[in-house]
Amino acid sequence: MKRLPEITDKVKRNLIWKSIFRRDYRNNVRDRAQAIFGNVFLHLHPVQVRESAVKLRFTWGMGGITFFAFITLVITGVVLMFYYHPTIDQAYTDIKDLEFQVPFGVILRNLHRWGAHFMVIVVMIHMFRVFMTGSYKAPRQFNWGIGVFLLVLTFLLSFTGYLTPWDQLGFWAITVGTNMGAATPLLGYQGPFSEYLHITPYNDVRFALLGGAQVGGNALLRSYIWHCVAIPLISIILMFVHFWRVRKDGGISKPQK
Amino acid sequence: MQDEKELVTEQNKEIMDHSGTDAGQASGDRRKFLMRVGWGSLAGFLAINSAAFLRFFYPRVLFEPPSQFKVGFPADYPLGTVSSQYQREYRTWIIRLQDGAFFAMETKCTHLGCTPSWMESQKKFKCPCHGSGYYITGLNFEGPAPRPMDRYKISLAEDGQLQVDKTIKFPGIPGKESNEVYPQSLLKV
Repeated sequence: MKRLPEITDKVKRNLIWKSIFRRDYRNNVRDRAQAIFGNVFLHLHPVQVRESAVKLRFTWGMGGITFFAFITLVITGVVLMFYYHPTIDQAYTDIKDLEFQVPFGVILRNLHRWGAHFMVIVVMIHMFRVFMTGSYKAPRQFNWGIGVFLLVLTFLLSFTGYLTPWDQLGFWAITVGTNMGAATPLLGYQGPFSEYLHITPYNDVRFALLGGAQVGGNALLRSYIWHCVAIPLISIILMFVHFWRVRKDGGISKPQK
Repeated sequence: MQDEKELVTEQNKEIMDHSGTDAGQASGDRRKFLMRVGWGSLAGFLAINSAAFLRFFYPRVLFEPPSQFKVGFPADYPLGTVSSQYQREYRTWIIRLQDGAFFAMETKCTHLGCTPSWMESQKKFKCPCHGSGYYITGLNFEGPAPRPMDRYKISLAEDGQLQVDKTIKFPGIPGKESNEVYPQSLLKV
């Protein structure tokens, strides 16, 4: 143990270490700020946060917990994809396989499923908190708008993921959900005024969502792509903006004295 | 090359010398025009791309049962019967009334979209979800169903077979007997 400072010194003087961290770190205000500024991931975060603003009873930590849930869902989701085929012949049995045969499959699947429920609940509580503390007010209106989009994207992630096990629950949820799409004014075949645009079940919005006139193989594949690729990408981009704007709008709003 | 370069600098000089005069004006107009062409083509490109992207989501070929299909010859169907033969694949009943008229009906309860069953002994359609009941013509008479079930166009094909066209629909009107509202939904052979 006596040689520990010697070893750390040697490691820190190493070329690899220096190329990664670029500069020495002393635990002072300047270096602490520099550590946030100089890190591509952390620089989205405010360099300094008021102590009163991070009081748990004020923020409830719900935004951060939502992000934590999202990270968990991305990791478990990517791992689940290794065993899942988005086809009507295999989807349901793949889920059964994951639940009963794949090592640690059941814990991954349940982490993903319960994590999804958790994220939806937590993101709504986050919105509730932001509303109740008036944190949507100037100069944070734009970020509230971004937040509303992120809420909708969270619901859409939940909804599209619901079909992936290809069970009765998901099948009928998508049936009902896309039938609601069919009632869109002008663009859905059951919606008002759609007859003026010659909209049929074969050219309306529901058709584009399902990739057909029925909930079938195309619908499962589309739901899967939206769930695993498209919506997460859009969400990540908006999350970057969301976090960045928290910093740019003056950090987390703080309680009024 | 040399000459060209010189020419350009000459021009620039001239523009700088006479800024505010006709030459400068023309150059500004040209620049504006080129900017407009540039951004305009970019906008047009993106607009066409977006349209193509939207169109991409509407497939040309579907791997699902066709919306127009043949269901055999009229003589295959006895009077006063409901055929569930095409229920599973096409979600359609072929029904022949006592007077010999045919019609095709969607196997979908008008309450929440479950599939009712034809009860031969009671001569009615019964929905297993919430108990809606319908007569053989599709008219609702019990349970929460708000209107009669929907019918499809049925006709005789050239080869003498019955043909159903699901793209032409006769939606049930609340409280009305579809036989009377849509005489064209009935096929008399």
